[in-house]
Formats: sequence, C-alpha cells, structure tokens
Amino acid sequence: MRSNRYSPENKIVPGRLTLQARLLTILAAGVLGACAAQADEAPQSAGTRAAPQPFDRNPFPSTYRPYGGQPTLITNVTVLDGEGARIDNGAVLFRDGKIVAVGQNLSADGAQVIDGQGKWVTPGVIDVHSHLGNYPSPGVDAHSDGNEATAPITSEVWAEHSVWPQDPGFSRALANGGVTTLQILPGSANLMGGRSVTLKNVYARTMQGMKFPGAPYGFKMACGENPKRVYGSKGRIPSTRMGNVAVNRATWAKAADYKRKWDKYEEDGGDPPTRDIQLDTLRGVLSGEILVHNHCYRADEMAIVMDMAKEFGYRVTAFHHAVESYKIADLLKANQTCSAVWADWYGFKMESYDAVNENLAILENEGACAMIHSDDANGIQRLNQEVAKVWHAARRAGMNISKERAWTWLAIRPAQALGVGEVTGSLKPGKMADVVLWNGDPFSVYTRPERVWVDGALMYDMNNPQMRPVSDFELGQPGEGDVK
Amino acid sequence: MRGLATLTAALLAATAMPALAQDVAITNAKLVVGDGSQPVDGGTVVIRSGRVVAAGAGVAVPGGMATVDAGGRWVSPGIFAGFTRMGIIEVDGVSETNDSYADNSPFNAALDVASAVNPLSGPIQVNRAEGITRAVVAPAARGSIFAGQGAVIDLAAHMSPVTRAKAFQFMEWGETGAQRGGGSRPAAMALLRNALFEAQAYGRNPGAYLDRGKDALLTRADAEALGPVLRGAMPLLVHVERASDMLTIIALKREFAGIRPVLVGASEGWMVAREIAAAGIPVIASALVDLPASFDQLAATQSNVGRLAAAGVTVGIGQINDDESRQARLVKQYAGNLVALTRVPGASGLSWGQAFAAISSKPAEAIGMGEELGSLRPGRRGDVVIWDGDPLEVGTAATAVYIDGVEQPLENRQTRLRQRYLDPKEGGLPKAYQH
Repeated sequence: MRSNRYSPENKIVPGRLTLQARLLTILAAGVLGACAAQADEAPQSAGTRAAPQPFDRNPFPSTYRPYGGQPTLITNVTVLDGEGARIDNGAVLFRDGKIVAVGQNLSADGAQVIDGQGKWVTPGVIDVHSHLGNYPSPGVDAHSDGNEATAPITSEVWAEHSVWPQDPGFSRALANGGVTTLQILPGSANLMGGRSVTLKNVYARTMQGMKFPGAPYGFKMACGENPKRVYGSKGRIPSTRMGNVAVNRATWAKAADYKRKWDKYEEDGGDPPTRDIQLDTLRGVLSGEILVHNHCYRADEMAIVMDMAKEFGYRVTAFHHAVESYKIADLLKANQTCSAVWADWYGFKMESYDAVNENLAILENEGACAMIHSDDANGIQRLNQEVAKVWHAARRAGMNISKERAWTWLAIRPAQALGVGEVTGSLKPGKMADVVLWNGDPFSVYTRPERVWVDGALMYDMNNPQMRPVSDFELGQPGEGDVK
Repeated sequence: MRGLATLTAALLAATAMPALAQDVAITNAKLVVGDGSQPVDGGTVVIRSGRVVAAGAGVAVPGGMATVDAGGRWVSPGIFAGFTRMGIIEVDGVSETNDSYADNSPFNAALDVASAVNPLSGPIQVNRAEGITRAVVAPAARGSIFAGQGAVIDLAAHMSPVTRAKAFQFMEWGETGAQRGGGSRPAAMALLRNALFEAQAYGRNPGAYLDRGKDALLTRADAEALGPVLRGAMPLLVHVERASDMLTIIALKREFAGIRPVLVGASEGWMVAREIAAAGIPVIASALVDLPASFDQLAATQSNVGRLAAAGVTVGIGQINDDESRQARLVKQYAGNLVALTRVPGASGLSWGQAFAAISSKPAEAIGMGEELGSLRPGRRGDVVIWDGDPLEVGTAATAVYIDGVEQPLENRQTRLRQRYLDPKEGGLPKAYQH
C-alpha cells in the first residue's frame, strides 16, 4: 500500500509549497515585514518603483510548544505505523518529542521502558473534520461560532477566531479517541465558509497555543443543500444548485483578477493594490498555499466542482462527507482528490440518502484517496471503531484490506490532506512523537486508549486521574475530573 | 384497569401477528438469552407458533421441527431499541417525510404515532438487516411538554408493524420541557400539574368535561389520552437529563401515586441513582453521552449506565436526540463500549451479559413488556438473530433474522446500491440498467 501516492505534497500543483518551504515563507514574511517597516522610513529616489511589500501571511502565529517528555520505549506491542505497515511483537522508541525508531528488538538506550504486552501502538488519531472549539459544549446559542451565515461567500472569516480553547470536547477526543491532531472548519452554511485551522489536541489558554506549527490553512467550501437552503430562505441567491455554482464562479473570477494584480505587485512593486481580506484567502487557494476542503455529498455535484476547480486553476484536496464518492471512485482517483467520509451515516438529509457502508472501502479498492472523519464531538471519540466498521464491511464485500492499511484512514491520509504529512501521521523516525498506546486491538469495541503522547509528552494516562485534562469550564462543576 | 390494558394489548398483539408464524429450532449456538447472563456454548432455541418455547444448553428439539444449525455461531434475541423515532421519519431533513412532530396541531398528549409507522420505510429495512427486531417509537414534543403516545413496533417485512399501540406517553422535561412548557421550569410544572388535574376531572366525568377547543389548556382528546397515564395503565416516558429534575419526577410519582414514570436520557442519573432505584423507576439511558452538551448534562459520563445498574436500577439503552430515526443499529456498538469501560480505572461499565441485556430485555422491561419481548425466555416473541461474531463487536453482521419466528429478508436500498457500485465504472449500458 503506497499511501503516499496521495500525498498532496507529491502532487504537481503549481505554486504548491512543501511544509518546509511554507515554514520558510512564513519566517521570511516576518523578516520582510520588519525590513519593510524600515524601508517605509527611507527616502525613495525619484523614478524608481517602490519595492514590493508582501503582507504578513501569518498574523496569528502558533505559540504551541511541546511539553516535555521522558525518552520512552514501548515494547511487546503490535505496531500499526499509520502508513500501511504492521510490526507484530514490535517496539517504538521516542525521545525529545520525535520518533527515533520503530521495529523489533530496539535498545532502550536509557529510555523508560513500557512493556505493552498484548497492547497496540499507533500514531495519534487525526480528525480532518471537527468543530470542537467553534461549536463547543455546552451547545448554547452564545457558543454557536461555526457558521457566519450572513452571506454565501465569507472567505474572509477564519475558524481560528471562533475556537474556544476551553471546549470540554478536546479532552474527550484525547482520552477516549486518542486524537492528537484535528482540523477545525467553519460550518457548511456558506458556499465559501472561510479558513480552517489545524490544532494540536493539547489544551492551552489561547487558540494560538494549540495551533499546529507550520500547518497550511485549509479553506472550507460547501455544495448542495445547505447553502441553497440558508440563502434561498432569505430570498437571495443561491436558492438552487445552479445558483451555488454561479456564485462560486463569479467569485473565483474576481479572485483570479485580484491574484493577478497582487502577484504582479509582489513581483514588480509599485503602488500596492487595495487589500481585500476576503480575496486574500481565495488568492491563497489559487496559488496552492491553502488547501480546499469541500463539503459535498452527491457524486454529480462533486464532478461539477472538480470541473470548476480546473476552470479556475485550483484543486480540491478533499471532499468531506462525500457519501456518494463510491459512485465516482474512478473519477476522484483521476482527479487526485480525496474523500473524507463517515462509516455509516445516512438518510439525515436528502443528499445523504444514497449512503452505503462500503463507501470508503470501494474508494480504497479503486485506488482513490480516502479517509475517515467525524464532524461530531461524539464520533471523534471513536474514530478507531468507525475504521473498524469499514474494515469489516470491506471484507464482507470481498475486499481484502489489511488492518494496517485501514489505519492509514485516520493517520497518514488525513495528515497529508492537512498538509502536515511530512511531520506527523505516522511512526516514522524524525516525525512528531504523536503516539497512542491502546489497551488492545483498536479495531475492537472493547479497546480504549491507555496512554496518549503528543510530541513525546504524555498528555493522557488511563491509569492516572491526574493525567486526565479538565477544561476551565468543567472546573468546579458536577462531575469534574470524572472518567467521562 | 391494568387488566384491561393487558387484555387490549393482547388483542392488538393478536391482530398484529404475522400470518407466516413459524416453528423453528436453532441448534449448536453460542446462545445469548438476553436476561443478563453470559452466553453459553452448545445452545438451542426452540420457537413454536412464533414464540420461544425453550432456550439453553441441553434443550431438545421437538420431533419434526425444522432445524437450523448455527454452526457454533452467536445466536441471541433480536435487539430491542429502547428509544427511537424509526418508521415515522424517512429523511429527517425532508419535512414531508417526517411525522415525528406537529408544529400546528391543537393536540399534544392525544397524538398517536401508531398509524404513521410505515413498515416499508428505509430505516426499518436497514436496521432489520443489522439485527434490530423491535423498537420503541416516540413522537417529539412541540407545542407542549406532551409529545403524544408512542408505540412498540417490530421491524418485520410485513404491513402490520405495531406490536403495541399507545404503549406510553412521551413527555419533555428539563431544559426542553421548560421551552415546550412556556419558557421556564415553573411554567412546565404548572402545565404538567394542570394537565394531570384536568385529566383527573375528565376521568371522573367525561361527559361533563368542557372542551374549550383550540384555546384550551387541555383539550378533551388530550385529557382522555392522559387518563391511562394517571391510572398507571400506560407508562410515562420522561426525557430528563439533570439530576435535580429527576428528583422532581420522583416527587411527582409520590404525588400522583398511579403514574409509572420511565426516565429517558438521564445523563446525570448516576448522581441520584439510589433515589431512582428506591422509587422503582426504570431508565432508558443514552449510553455514551459524556459531554456537557447542555447545562442539564454537566455531569454526563459514559459510566452513567454502569453506575445506575450497580445501584439496582432497571436500565436499558435508548437514543434520545441521537439519530433516533435511523441509527438504532448503533446501540450494539454503544453496549460494547460499556463493556470496554470495565477495563478503565474509575469507570463503571457493564459485564457482557448486562450490556446485551441493556439492548434487549432491559428496555423491554422498562417499557413494561419484558414478559413479551427482549429475551429468549420461554413465552417471549420469537425474535432471534444469528450473527457472524460477537453482536456487541463493531463490524459483526446479522446473517439471519427471525421476527415472530419468521425469517426476514436482509436486503435494502443500501445493499442494492453497494451491489451496483462495487465496480463504479459503467459498462456496456448505464448503471440504471444494472438491477
């Protein structure tokens, strides 16, 4: 199983930057920003164009820092490495926040040794679709921060500005689900809902303190029923699926024009074009710096969106929900577009009526990129069980998919879809030590996370109540510190 | 009156019996009785005229009876879904297909879901294929705390799905009850007490009851519907999540001595588990709710069911506000998760046998139908499932489903779509010709 053939990083996409290159860009932007301030004060000689002054691409930078951890060797475990390999009677060694080695008969080399007899080790679970923080618990109106449902195009909003880092849901995703990385998206009321943010699942006082360092932004788009219902009911466009596409295309045309002007300015300098926060994001999409995550259920609509993307020169990284992806698995494969799906949700709305339990399995079987997702504060606690359901459904349908391959659906695949596949999502030496020790086979309903490490720091321990995070909201409340 | 209700139920049951009731014996089973006991190997279940005659190890098969050799596989009672809205909603978001609530009706307690149940609906087919054989079907409340009268249904492929109509009254309490009852808990309480007093007045002299029509606080039809609740002939299912609100319901039971409340949801039930047990009130609980999704659920934990059971409460699993129109099949996974909790220090889970009972006999007992449904004890309906593995394990499939002794078809739209698209590419003709 060569899961990395789906890697967005490996795709030939104009303007696509590797993570390292992005980090450099971000650093450079900061440096250039500082230089530009000095340049402003310097007198300019007549007749020369003013030098271009790129704006700050990263105005809300991550302040996340890994918590310290002991060098650790876990032995006698079944290892699923998250990229499709399995090691029976294996071991995992991590130190200084990074994976050092995975294999058999590893030397502890001074590390603490955990005998994991009968247990399994996987990379931390990654949820590519969550609303923790922007639809937090308790779900009161005052906390409803996921949909800026006042206009169909709100590419100017950023989900990170809605994330409440005290959402009790983060702790459940960690302790019950083994989730270490998650993408928080705007909702699907709008055609263009805004930027997403990728977080480390570690509580912090601020959103910036949870923000995944160096992760690219995502961009949430939505097909189908939601936008046309929300705006149709307000008596404005879009009220139909054709209206959805019309508004999208008009917006992309505007964005392409904006991009031309800014690209030229950033190349040649001169008078800077007027800044437009809404179009900044779309320019980022068109230049490949921002990854498109497109809520879309029906096969026919996904096909139209992929054509629209070609028309304007961008690519959909992943369709989310995508309950009909199985109908066009070949087309999705040809377009190198992933599907992030549930195992068995169906029938809650018209466009989810044709769901089948084998959706992900058929995609996998056809060689199309697929992964599991939750979109749910409860489902995120059991993504391993959702993968297990698909694995069983696949076998019953005659597809022989190994457990180690199935585990890519919540490991390297979502990591790559988030643009962080080079630094997390699998147990490869040098990657972040985001690790889950399960107290059994994680494909079983009877298995729970026993310990979870993020960047090599122990953040949850089933056997130690002190290592169960309690958000500010739950402090002093009934049930504080309970097992949940 | 209790006797009359039982007789009525029996009559309804008789008319709902399928014409094809079968005699069948399933042998060589890893047999689950559903009464809380652990599975036994080498078990046999004997069904005659659609009812369980005997089940256990060492049970003899009567001569001449058709026999199915389970080949050592798991055999259990069909799953009893403790709280659903199955069969009255096809697609939640398509209001034309949603009969669970009525925004514009002048009635509330009088509404009766029985006639709305469509046995051919998609969710019934999908859940039947996954071993769900019976379900509690509740209406949803809108203009009052009272939602109306719910039914217990079977999921068989026939046109008479209702096992018991008017099986219970459903009522919202707590936050939702406050909203439906006028805007606050005191308003809901005033509405509730007024309704019960009015229903008592109606019961004393129906002919003299003054129906004030649409403006009435309680119409004649609603007053009549609440009569069996007051007499204890019909359980009152109460959706309640906050611990203090459960104590209010316990106090209500003391004041109106006849009523038989059943708590639904009950996220904070563990905090008042002893009081619930002492009051003899059963619970149909949400199994895995562990978030403070509302201020009524601050103490929610997956250990709730385990702690209630440990306190001696009759507790089954239901799905209030949890995909209850379609996903009854998930209760198997939920029950399995409660077993997993037994290995988490500080948590309270269920043994395997208890967990299976929480999706079979316990919800049936909670609704007052444990003598009829939910286990393979003699006399119960012949609802039996053969599984290809442990039924609480994710991914286990039902390979044969019997309802009232009749083997059921397991195909549905989803299996047909899967079959059509296993190879997604189109062949010599469009997919529409592949059927």
